[in-house]
Amino acid sequence: MLKIENMTMRFGGVVAANKFNADIEKGQIVGLIGPNGAGKTTIFNVITGVYRPTEGKIIFNPGEEEQDITGLRPDEIAKLGICRTFQNIRLFKELSVLDNVFIGNHLRIESNVFSSILKFPNYRKEEKMMLEKSLYLLEKVGLKDEKDGKAHSLPYGKQRRLEIARALATEPKLLLLDEPAAGMNPQETRELMEFIKDIKDEFELTIFLIEHHMEVVMGICEEILVLDHGSLIAQGDPESIQTDSNVIEAYLGVE
Amino acid sequence: MKINNRFKKSLSMLIITIVVLFILNKVLDDYKLRVLNLCGIYIILGLSMNLINGFTGLFSLGHAGFMAIGAYTVAILTMPAPMKEMNFFMKPIVPFLANIEWSFFPALMMGGVMAGLFGFLIGAPVLRLTDDYLAIATLGFAEIIRVVFTNTQSITNGALGLKGIPASTNVWWSWGLALVTILFMTFLMEGSYGKAFNAIREDEIAARSMGINLFTHKVMSFTFGSFLAGVGGGLLAALLGTIDPNMFRIVLTFNILLIVVLGGLGSIKGSVVSAIIVTIAMEALRFLDESINLGFVKLEGVAGMRMVIFSIILMAVVIFRKEGLLKEN
Repeated sequence: MLKIENMTMRFGGVVAANKFNADIEKGQIVGLIGPNGAGKTTIFNVITGVYRPTEGKIIFNPGEEEQDITGLRPDEIAKLGICRTFQNIRLFKELSVLDNVFIGNHLRIESNVFSSILKFPNYRKEEKMMLEKSLYLLEKVGLKDEKDGKAHSLPYGKQRRLEIARALATEPKLLLLDEPAAGMNPQETRELMEFIKDIKDEFELTIFLIEHHMEVVMGICEEILVLDHGSLIAQGDPESIQTDSNVIEAYLGVE
Repeated sequence: MKINNRFKKSLSMLIITIVVLFILNKVLDDYKLRVLNLCGIYIILGLSMNLINGFTGLFSLGHAGFMAIGAYTVAILTMPAPMKEMNFFMKPIVPFLANIEWSFFPALMMGGVMAGLFGFLIGAPVLRLTDDYLAIATLGFAEIIRVVFTNTQSITNGALGLKGIPASTNVWWSWGLALVTILFMTFLMEGSYGKAFNAIREDEIAARSMGINLFTHKVMSFTFGSFLAGVGGGLLAALLGTIDPNMFRIVLTFNILLIVVLGGLGSIKGSVVSAIIVTIAMEALRFLDESINLGFVKLEGVAGMRMVIFSIILMAVVIFRKEGLLKEN
């Protein structure tokens, strides 16, 4: 689904990601972990086009229809089917909950702006479909009753779910979740784990997530990548990661 | 059912507006009619600036420039040939414009199109900038237009300005187009594209990550806004009958900004109401510029005192009620 080849990202003298390699297979849930400042979010930012990597390549859909997405704009990458959520929630705060999800649909719109102003039948039809889809997604994340409220009036946990709903509205193939469980209590965290598995199956997603809650990472990820100081230090299934000496060293230091 | 109710409500509002305009058109004297016309024009201008600054969050101060383009286009296209000859006594007008005489509506649309075209051309490089840089660049653009118009003697008659522009603007034109603008804005902002504009205002990073092409959407909003500013400028030219480059200074942009901020950034209703209030208040407070005799003491009039009052109101609104005086909740 996604292949990162020898990707290096430098900011002046700081190396945020160093010759990073990853191969995310279709239909998997892959976790990216590492101590604070290891460069996890930088990798997300490079994949989604916020930064252009200093070196290396990002390949989407490796294989027959592969596309080199290195250096494309974020909106182009979103159109290809990679969408994300943000570590520090970035909702359209002053807009309604429903509009937030509705805007997620906008990138797939086919009618032009004039048919939207004149409300031509082709636009009306599209709008109706977008609206139905948005309501369905809101129901899916349990926010249908709050659809008319403003996004910033939602409690933290619900804002995170709204962000996921908005990302799903863009019809992604690969969904990147940046610390989806941050700030959630154990109960909410367990629900979130179920929810992630559930949407993965329903929307046939591949999920790449950054998370600090080990319960989440170990519970749902099939493959885990461990990052420290911008370099990949370990890779494997949850069991092998838990016993990996490099990982223990990175998190706890050497004895 | 809901849409049906809204339709009924809008239709009754429309009928009431037409009836009120009809009556006002009969009973008001020339001076008051002129103020009424200005109200309609400022509604268009306020909404057009709100589209750019309020709905899309682009801090643009180039409005006077776009208005100038619209105003000059309408003036040159509608003035009859003998009138042009009289105006251009210093240096004759370029031959291909000398004998053009269009009727009002096509000229007005052309004014809008010219302004929109400039908006499009200026937007492409300038909209890569954000916030204050965009404000500085657009402000510079408006000044450039003014200076260019002052110096292109054979097209704009330079600093002498143009006099005797056919006074085609009446209540029906100004308010008719104001109503069309209100409808345009309402439908635009309800639709998917308008919501995308809002998303850009709220959070550019999130908007582009959701697949919204920031550049095309910003240019779209900017072009629509400048088109409407051009139409407003054209209406103003045909109302006043006289224009010169110095009319289109930053103060004009400031007046419209005042309307937008008082009415609330991102509020259609707010801009409409505040356009009417500000326009009437500008006239009503004219006495402040003249000397006032209070019986026991005589205050010398200071020209521009009105603007001081407005500036104080603007400051108070920005400090105490950022969302605008008229915006609900």
